[in-house]
Amino acid sequence: MTEPLLRVRDLKTYFVAERGSGGGTARAVDGVSFELFPGETLGIVGESGCGKTVTSLSILRLVPEPPGHILPGSVIEFDGRNLLALAPADLRAVRGNQIAMVFQEPMTSLNPVFTVGDQIAEAAIIHQRLSRAVARARAIEMLTLVGIPDPAERVDDYPHQLSGGMRQRVMIAMALICHPKVLIADEPTTALDVTIQAQILELLDRLQAELGMAVLLITHDLGVVAGHANRVAVMYAGQVVETATTTELFDRPTHPYTEGLLAAVPRIDAPRSRLHAIPGQVPAATAWPTGCRFHPRCPYAWNKCVAEAPPLLDATAPGGTPHAARCWLVTEPHRRVAKR
Amino acid sequence: MSALLEVRDLVKHYAAERRWFGLGRPRAPLRAVDGVSFSIDAGRTLGLVGESGSGKTTVGRTILRLQEPTAGRVMFAGADIFALKPGPLRALRRRMQVVFQDPYSSLNPRMTVGQALREPLEIHGLATSAQFAGRIAGLLEEVGLDPAFASRYPHELSGGQRQRVGIARALSVEPQFIVCDEPVSALDVSVQAQVLNLLADLQARRRLTYLFIAHDLAVVRHIADAVAVMYLGRIVERAPAASIYALPRHPYSRALLSAVPEPDPRAAKQRIVLSGDMPSPAHPPSGCPFHPRCPHPMKNERCVTEAPPLRTVAPDHLAACHYAEHPM
Repeated sequence: MTEPLLRVRDLKTYFVAERGSGGGTARAVDGVSFELFPGETLGIVGESGCGKTVTSLSILRLVPEPPGHILPGSVIEFDGRNLLALAPADLRAVRGNQIAMVFQEPMTSLNPVFTVGDQIAEAAIIHQRLSRAVARARAIEMLTLVGIPDPAERVDDYPHQLSGGMRQRVMIAMALICHPKVLIADEPTTALDVTIQAQILELLDRLQAELGMAVLLITHDLGVVAGHANRVAVMYAGQVVETATTTELFDRPTHPYTEGLLAAVPRIDAPRSRLHAIPGQVPAATAWPTGCRFHPRCPYAWNKCVAEAPPLLDATAPGGTPHAARCWLVTEPHRRVAKR
Repeated sequence: MSALLEVRDLVKHYAAERRWFGLGRPRAPLRAVDGVSFSIDAGRTLGLVGESGSGKTTVGRTILRLQEPTAGRVMFAGADIFALKPGPLRALRRRMQVVFQDPYSSLNPRMTVGQALREPLEIHGLATSAQFAGRIAGLLEEVGLDPAFASRYPHELSGGQRQRVGIARALSVEPQFIVCDEPVSALDVSVQAQVLNLLADLQARRRLTYLFIAHDLAVVRHIADAVAVMYLGRIVERAPAASIYALPRHPYSRALLSAVPEPDPRAAKQRIVLSGDMPSPAHPPSGCPFHPRCPHPMKNERCVTEAPPLRTVAPDHLAACHYAEHPM
């Protein structure tokens, strides 16, 4: 088996909560581990407050400190080095160069007073020490690559002159100009209309195939994961609760949260019917429930789930692809009988 | 069955600003809504679907007369809404309510949930001061919240709870008709299912009529009896839900349906990816407004020059495409 490109081990990112909002420490990311292999797309899926975005920001150490801090013992290994132990200058050589990021909101991530060409070229000038003229030519190449018409003219546009979809293409061009080995795409299409979302996802697939990079695709949308990820990690309450290859996860959802989430998605191919809803809501990061963090919302929970937190247990089917779930049902499958 | 709401040739144009501080040539008006007609029977739901800039929200706001129309007519339970004087309009408003996408920005942060629910009851004189507490508790229970929520402030609630309060507030005046403007778009998928189920339950119990405005065709599938698809201020297709999901006749509806990401890794990937962006409603393309992006194999010169009318192509099924008889 090939070596992973990026290895996250026991990542813990906590935030000191403000006084007045109950105080305490928000354990936003609480022991997350996963590996990203060359050329693959790993989908990290979860709802608001599950810790998926804080995980992605922690990888490049973009979490504001304070109030946030990454706990000692957390490891983010890239190319044999722990990113969390790097000196600021060494980290800057990785960030935006070997690991790049695309965010949800292209309008707030782009600087309104610089042309898109300047912003795309910036990373190449800094990391590859290109001259301004060469970097500009590269920026035009990148605009062509991401499918922007008339790139030689658009390069001098300001962000407000472009549509939402075009701005997201610019963000992708910016991220890819240094040919990163890893692209972190955090909800890259969430703010876009569905026909534009389809364009951007198709573009990301094509660029990944052409450039051979690994993609960490962070999304709340199980549909996006189903169509674009090779493997999936489902997050809930600051932890990875299930991980499997994409087809395996959708065929055999094992954690009751994954199962509930899949049943809650409105389907276009299903007749009009009542949707399955997960009762209750995501708990607050300052007060995760004891035992299994999903037990208050789980239809199968029994006393063990209240008392004892399950580890990620191996749920691989005989002859199947690797599959793990943080649920006691893996050891006691006969208890999968809904009480409600 | 009779129509509770009837919209005829609704038009809303926004006058464009003149360039250069009021000097120079005026710009073309923005044609947000450009001749929209539909009706909704009592107790039914019409899903109004479109992307940003399609005009779907403007339709909802104009029907409620939160915005004045440029032209057209809206009949609600036999009354011509645009012809009403302020007094009768206020009385009618009680029977037409709205639930917005973001209840956080539509709830006053300084009012408790109880105060927010009490206000409409007071304004419309629907309860005496002795009755308020009981009515508010009843409303909260009806939307699945504990009556103790009455003393909380909006910032203490989750998104799903806030949306339930928004719904309770709309229900407080006992309306017949509710415009639901993207009511679940800001919610997580597990909570979205709770709120959609709640809206369906309330409709059954109170015999409510909904105009359900959304961009998500999968969500609309679970609530609507009929669907109208908007593009650049016009309805391009309108049909009973079962009919439009089974066989969309307009290439834009077909592309919208195919673009919805299915939570199934084995879903047949015959995705139609449209090229380009939606044009500006200030400068709609000639002929069929969809022609520059249309992937239909029969697209030709006629589409560029001649605007297709919205016409019946199958029982109850209307589409504005010259080639609707040959759906993609």
